[in-house]
Amino acid sequence: MPEFSTKTEIKCYHCGEPCRNHDITIEDKVFCCNGCKLVYEILEENKLCKYYSLDEKPGISQSERKINTSGFAYLDDEQIQKQLLDFTDGKISSISFFIPQMHCSSCIWLLENMYKLNPAIFYSQVNFPEKKLSVRFKENEISLRKIVELLASIGYEPQISLNEVEDKVKSNVNKRLYYRIGVAGFCFGNIMLLSFPEYLSFDDSISFFYKNFFGLLNILLSIPVILYCSSDYFKSAYTGIKQKTINIDFPISLGLAVLFIRSVIEILTNSGPGFFDSLSGLVFFLLAGKVFQSKTYDALNFERNYKSYFPLSVTIKKSGEEQCIPVSKLKVGDRIIIRNNELIPGDAILFNGTANIDYSFVTGESIPVGKVAGEIIYAGGRQTGSAIELEVIRTVSQSYLTQLWNNETFVKRDEDKFKSLVNVVGKYFTIVIILVAALAFVYWYPTSIKAAINAFTAVLIIACPCGIALTSPFALGNAMRILGRNKFYVKNTSVVERMSKIDTIVFDKTGTITKSGDSNVNFSGGLLTSFEQRIIKSLARNSTHPLSIKICDAIKENELFETNSFIEHIGKGIGGKIGYYDIRLGSRSFVLAKEMEDEIDIVDMLNSKVYLSINNKLRGYFVINNIYREGFEEAVNSLKHEYDLSVLSGDNEGEKENLLRFFDDESQLLFKQKPEDKLQYIKKLQGKGKKVMMLGDGLNDAGGLKQSDVGIAISEDVSSFSPACDAILDASMFSNLVKFIQFSISTKRIIITSFIISVIYNILGVTLAFQNTFSPLAAAILMPISSITVVLFTVSFTNLSAKRRGL
Amino acid sequence: MSVIVVLIGASLIVAAGFLSAFIWAVKSGQYDDRYTPSVRILFDNKEENK
Repeated sequence: MPEFSTKTEIKCYHCGEPCRNHDITIEDKVFCCNGCKLVYEILEENKLCKYYSLDEKPGISQSERKINTSGFAYLDDEQIQKQLLDFTDGKISSISFFIPQMHCSSCIWLLENMYKLNPAIFYSQVNFPEKKLSVRFKENEISLRKIVELLASIGYEPQISLNEVEDKVKSNVNKRLYYRIGVAGFCFGNIMLLSFPEYLSFDDSISFFYKNFFGLLNILLSIPVILYCSSDYFKSAYTGIKQKTINIDFPISLGLAVLFIRSVIEILTNSGPGFFDSLSGLVFFLLAGKVFQSKTYDALNFERNYKSYFPLSVTIKKSGEEQCIPVSKLKVGDRIIIRNNELIPGDAILFNGTANIDYSFVTGESIPVGKVAGEIIYAGGRQTGSAIELEVIRTVSQSYLTQLWNNETFVKRDEDKFKSLVNVVGKYFTIVIILVAALAFVYWYPTSIKAAINAFTAVLIIACPCGIALTSPFALGNAMRILGRNKFYVKNTSVVERMSKIDTIVFDKTGTITKSGDSNVNFSGGLLTSFEQRIIKSLARNSTHPLSIKICDAIKENELFETNSFIEHIGKGIGGKIGYYDIRLGSRSFVLAKEMEDEIDIVDMLNSKVYLSINNKLRGYFVINNIYREGFEEAVNSLKHEYDLSVLSGDNEGEKENLLRFFDDESQLLFKQKPEDKLQYIKKLQGKGKKVMMLGDGLNDAGGLKQSDVGIAISEDVSSFSPACDAILDASMFSNLVKFIQFSISTKRIIITSFIISVIYNILGVTLAFQNTFSPLAAAILMPISSITVVLFTVSFTNLSAKRRGL
Repeated sequence: MSVIVVLIGASLIVAAGFLSAFIWAVKSGQYDDRYTPSVRILFDNKEENK
C-alpha cells in the first residue's frame, strides 16, 4: 500500500487557521504553511514575538496568499516612485500605504515597530480606521521596493494600484466642518452670555452704556457666524437659484439673513436687543446636524473603477530579456509575460504557451476557458497554470473591458439623479412662507409701516425651517450608523433615502446569490467507498482548476496518497496513477479516452458534470451545483410580492433549473449577460419608470451597479476589492436584506412625521409673528425647543424601529 | 461697574484662546484618527527579553 500521513486539528500558531499537516514546526509551535513559519522566524529573530501575546493568533494566513512572482521591481521606476511618495527631499522620504489586512492591535503594534526590522525606517505610524500606514525612511539606506518587500514578508503586503496612484487627493471636508462648528460654538456661547441680562429684564438696573456695549459685542461675535460658519448655506441656496430650483437651504439662508439684518438694525437704532442668540444657536445646531450626517467609512472605497483591479506593473520581453515596466507605459506590440494568477492588463494575442483564462472577474463565468496560440485574450482575464507570452494589441485604457467606463453612466454625477425629500418639501415651504410674510405685511400696513416690517421679518425669522433641516441629517445619519453596525455600509445618507423608493431588485448570480467558494458536490453512480474517496482527493488536489478544488473540498477524508505520473489536459481533465489504480477525472471523452460527439461534452459542461474512471472503467460522475446564500430563498419569497425581481448572470444556463425553484417566471432569468448588457437592462427598466436596486459583486456588474438607483456590492471581506457602488454589504448579512429595505422605508416615514411636528411649531411661531407679539425671548425659546424635539424624535424612533426589526 | 467691561474682555480672550487651541488641534490632525491612539497607549515600551 502507498504510505499516508494522519491529520488532526491543530491551529496554526501564527494565523489560527487549522493545519492540514503538522510537520511544519518550530519547538512546540505548529504552523499551517511555510509562509506562516517564515513570518514567525522573522519576528522571532527581531525579538518581536510580543506580536503573539497582544491578540490571539493575530497573523495573516500565508497559505492562500497570491504569490507575486514578478516581484516589486516596478517600484524601482522613478516615475512610479514620484507618484507614490508623499514627500521626499533626497535624504528622507515619506509614503503611506493602504494595508487592508490589518485587523487587530497586534497589527498596529508590529507595524509601528518596523524600525526594529530595519533601522533605515525611523518612523511608522498606523491609522487604523483608514487602514493606512505612514512610513518615513532614509532614502539612501533603503529603497521603496525593499520596504514593500519587507512588509510583504511579514504578511502585510500593501495594496498599490493604478487607482491609488492617480488620485491621491485627500478631502479636507471634515476638517472644514470642524473649524466651522468650533467657531460657531465659541460665538454661540459668548452671545448667550451677553444676551442673558436682557431676558431677566434688568432693563432698569442696566445702564444704557452696558446695553449698547453688549449689543455691539454681539454684532461683532455674530459676524463670523454669518460670514464664515453659515457660508455653505448661502452658497448652496445661490447655486440652487442659478439652476432655477429652490432647495431647503434657500429658506434657511433667507431666515438667517433677515435675522442678522433686523438684529443689527435693532441694536444700532436702539429699538431692541436683536436675535443674535437665536441666530448663532441655529447655525450651531445646523452644523451639528451636518457633522452627524457626515459619518464616513474611511477604510472602504465606494469609487473604485477598473484601475483598482489592475496591477501596476507587467513583465515584458524585450530583445530576449525580461524586464518589469509600469502598466501605463505598455505599448501596442509589446510582448508580455503573464504568470500563474496574474491578470492580463490589455487585450492581447496569445503567442506562446497554454492559456487557461479565468474570466470570472469580468464576466462572472466561473470556469476557466482554454485558449490556443493565435487567439485574442481580453484584458481582465486571469491566467491559471504555467506562464504565457502575449502580444499586446490594445492597451489598458483602450481595452474591451475598460470601454465600459467610457459609457455616459460613468460621467454623470450621482447627486443629479436624485432629488431628496427635504428639498421637495423645502420648495413648497418657501413659497408658503413668503406668501404668509407678504400677507402679514399687508395686514399691518394700515397700522404703521414699522409694524408691517416687524411682522414681515418676524414671519421670515420664525419660519426658518431649522426643524425640517435637522430632520434628515439626524434620521438618515442615525439610520446609516445602524446599518453600519449590521455590516451594511452605505456611501452617504442619500442612499438610505433612495433605498426606500425602489420597486425593482436585480441580482447578479455568481458570487452574489451563490457563494463564490462553496458548492454542492454530488456523485451519481453508487456510493463511493472511503478508499475511493481518498484516491480521488489525492488526484484532484494536484490541480488548481476550480472544479478539482471543489471536489477536493467536498471529500472529507484526510488520509491521502502519493500521486504518480500526474497529467492535466486544459479544458479536458486530469489523470494519474495511485498505487495500482489509474484514475481520470474530467469530461466523458477524456476519462474514457475515446472520441465522443462534441455535443454531449458541451451539455455536460453546462451542468458542471465531472466524470470519473478508475482503471479505464467509467465509475460515475460528479455534479457540481452552486450553493445559494443562506436566506436567499426567504428573501426572495418575502420580496417577490412587492418587488419585481430578476437575475442577470454572466454564466451559462446550467443553473436555470435550480433558479426556477425560487422564481416563478423564466423571463426573470437572463443568462450570458455581458457587463454592457447588464447596464442596458437596468437602463431599460428605468426607462419604464422603475426604481432599480442592483446587487452584484464583481467588476462585471460595475456598469449595472453604477446605472441603478441603488447599487449594492456584496463582499465576503468588506475591506477587499469591490466595484464602485452606493453601498457595500457583508456577505454574511445577506439574509437581512429585506430588513434593511423595510428599515429604510420606516426611516422615511419617521422623517415625514418629524416634518409635520416641525411644521406645527412653525405654525405656532408664525401665529405669534403675525400678531406682532413676537419677542426675542419667544424666538430664543421656541427655536431651540423645536430643534431639540425634532432631533430627539427622529433619533429615538429610528433606534426603536431598528430594534423592532432586530437590527 | 466698569470692571465688567474688563472682565468680559478677559473672558473673551480666554475663550478665544480655547478656540484657537481647538483649531490648532484639528489642523495638526488630532481628529483624523480617533481610534489608533487609544490602542497605542496600551503598548509597553519595554524591550522584550527572550
